[in-house]
Amino acid sequence: MNTTNMLLAAPEFWVLIMACVILIADLFIREERRGIIHMMAMITLVFAAIITVRGDYLSEGLRSATAFNGSFIRDPMGDVLKLFSFFILGIVYVYAKFYLRQFRMFRTDFYTLTLFALLGVMLLISANSLVTIYLGLELTSLSTYALVAFDRESKRGSEAAMKYFVLGSMASGMLLYGMSMIYGATGSMDLADISVAISNQDGDSMILVFGLVFLVVGLAFKLGVVPFHMWIPDVYEGAPAAVTLFISAIPKMAGFAMAYRLLYTGLGDLHTDWQQMLSILAVLSIVLGNLAAIAQTNIKRMLAYSTISHMGFILMGLLPGTADGFGASMYYVIVYSLMSAGAFGMIILLSARGVEAEQLDDFKGLNQRNGWYAAIMAMIMFSMAGVPVFVGFFAKWLVIKAALDAGLLWLAISAVIFSVVGAFYYLRVIKLMYFDEPLTESPIDAPVDFNAVISLNGLLMLGLGVFSGSLIAVCMSAFGA
Amino acid sequence: MPITEIVFYVFSLVMVSAGVAVITVRNPVYSALFLVLAFFSSAAIWLLLEAEFLAIVLILVYVGAVMVLFLFVVMMLDINLTPLKEGFIRYLPVGIVVAVLMAAELLLVIWSKGSFDQGAFPIPPPNPVGFSNTKALGELLFTNYLLAFEAAGVILLVAIIAAIALTLRKRVGEKRQNPAMQVRVQRDERVRLVKMDPEPRQGN
Repeated sequence: MNTTNMLLAAPEFWVLIMACVILIADLFIREERRGIIHMMAMITLVFAAIITVRGDYLSEGLRSATAFNGSFIRDPMGDVLKLFSFFILGIVYVYAKFYLRQFRMFRTDFYTLTLFALLGVMLLISANSLVTIYLGLELTSLSTYALVAFDRESKRGSEAAMKYFVLGSMASGMLLYGMSMIYGATGSMDLADISVAISNQDGDSMILVFGLVFLVVGLAFKLGVVPFHMWIPDVYEGAPAAVTLFISAIPKMAGFAMAYRLLYTGLGDLHTDWQQMLSILAVLSIVLGNLAAIAQTNIKRMLAYSTISHMGFILMGLLPGTADGFGASMYYVIVYSLMSAGAFGMIILLSARGVEAEQLDDFKGLNQRNGWYAAIMAMIMFSMAGVPVFVGFFAKWLVIKAALDAGLLWLAISAVIFSVVGAFYYLRVIKLMYFDEPLTESPIDAPVDFNAVISLNGLLMLGLGVFSGSLIAVCMSAFGA
Repeated sequence: MPITEIVFYVFSLVMVSAGVAVITVRNPVYSALFLVLAFFSSAAIWLLLEAEFLAIVLILVYVGAVMVLFLFVVMMLDINLTPLKEGFIRYLPVGIVVAVLMAAELLLVIWSKGSFDQGAFPIPPPNPVGFSNTKALGELLFTNYLLAFEAAGVILLVAIIAAIALTLRKRVGEKRQNPAMQVRVQRDERVRLVKMDPEPRQGN
C-alpha cells in the first residue's frame, strides 16, 4: 500500500486526530473557558472541508479512487455528502452551544462524541466493503446512543437511550446476518467483487435474496422507515434538543450513502428484488409518517413522524436505480438535513431557561413576540411541506419524478396525496405562530452567532429554492448524470 | 463414519442443547453456565476446522472475561425475573408467527438448489504442517484489513468515552480524592500540637 492511496482518507484522519486532541485539551481547559473547545471543533470542520475539497484524485481523470485494499472509496458523491455533513454539523454546533449553555450541559463530551459520530458517518459514506460499512455504522451508532443519554438527570433521556440501544443492536445483528449470507454466496466482502460475483452467477439466487432481506431490514431500522420506525419518536422526544438536532440531521446522510453503496454498488443486479421491498417501505413510511404527525401535540414528536415520511421520500429516489434517481435522493437528503437543523434550531431558540419548548403551544403568537423568527420558522415549515418556490418542493418533485421513471405510478400518486395531507400539520404551526395569542410575553434573546446562523438557515430554504439549479446540478453530476 | 464426523456431531449436539438450555432454565446463573458450555463446544468445532487461534480466543475472551463478568453481574444484582416474564403470554402469538416465518425462510434457503452443496463449497486443502493460523490472521489484519482494524480501535475508544461520560459525575455526599489537594497539604492542617499542663498525679 502506498502513501498516496492512504492520503485519500486524509479528511478522516484529520477528524480523528482533532477529536483526540479535543479530548485531551479538555483536561487543561477550565470550565469557564470551554468556548475554546467549541472554536476547536469549528476549526476542525473548516479544515476537514478544505482537505476534502483539495482531494486531487479527480485531476487524474478518475471518477473514483480506492484505498486500503478496496475497502475505502473516494468519489464525487462521497465528497459532496461529506462537505454537507461538515457544513450542517457547523450549524448544529452553533445551535447546540446556545442550548448546552442554557441547560448547564456545556461539556466537552458533546463535541468529542459528535466528532466521532462524524468520523463514523464519513467512513460509512466512503465505505466500499461490508466490513467498513459495518464498522462505520457502529461508530456512528455507539456515539449517538451515548449522546441520547447526555442529560444524565433526565429519566426520559435514559429510557430513550436504552430503547435506541436495544433496537439499534438488534438492527446491527440483522444487518450482520444479511452480510454473512451475502458473503457466503459471493465469497467476498468487497462491494465491487460482490457485484462481479453476482453478475457471474446463473439462475438460483435464493440465498442472495435472503441476505438482501436482512440487509434491507437493517437499513430500514437505521433510516427509521415504517415498519421499523418505533424508536424514532421516543428517541427524538427523550433526547435533549441539541442531540435530537444532531441525530435528525447528520446520520441521515450516511444512511443514504449506505443504501446506495450496499444496494447499487454491491447488489445492483438484484435491483428488481430490492425495488419491490423499498417501494413498500417507502409508501408505508409516507402514509404512516404523515398521518401520525397530525395527531401530535409535542413538536419534537411531530418532527419525528415527519422525519419518517421524509425518509420514505428518500427511498423513492432510490427505486429506479438510475443516476438521476440517486441524484434526486441525495438532493432530498441534503435539503432535509438543512430543514431539520433549522426546525430544531427554532425549538432551541424558544427554550427558556431549563424548559424545552417542545409543545406546539410554545409556538403560539411567535409573530407578536418576534416577527423575524416567526418568518424563519414559516420558511422552514413551508419548505418541509413542499410549497413551491421553497427548496423542499424541488426535492419532492425530483424524487416523485424518479418514482415515475421507475414506472411506479401508484407510489407517485400516494406520495403526492400524502404530502398534501402532511401540509396540514406544517401549516398548523404557521397558523399558531401568526393567528394565535402568545402564552408568554417574555422576550426571546439569542447570541449574535445563533441569530446569524438561524437567519442564514431560514433564508437558505428560500434561496436554494429560487436558485435551485446549482445544488441539483451538483447532486446529479456526483452520479455522472 | 470417520472420527472427525463423530466429534463434530457430538459437539454440535452439546452446543445446540446448551443453547436451548440457556433460554429455558429459570436460574440465571445456570443459564450463564450453559452459555459457557456452548462456547466450549463451538471452540471445539473451530478446532476441527483448523482455526486454533479463534478457538483459543473464544475461550479466553468469552469464557474467561465476558462470561465471568456476566456471572458477577448476575450474582451481585438481585434481579427479580418475574416482572420480566409478565408480557410473555401476550406477545407469544406474534413471537410464534415471526419464529415460524424465519424458520421457513431459513429452511427454504438451505434446501434451495445449490446454495449449500458440497459443490458450492469444496473442502479446502488441509494446511501444511507448521502452518500458523495466528500469523496468517495477523498478516491479513495489518494489510488488507488495516482500515477495519483502526476503525475497531476507534470504536473501543468511543465506548470508553461514552461509559465515562455517562457515569462520571459529581453527586451529593460523594467521597472523592483530589490528588492536588492531597499533595499541597501542610503539616498544620493535619496535626495540631496542643499544649497541656501535666495532670497532677493522683493518689499516693
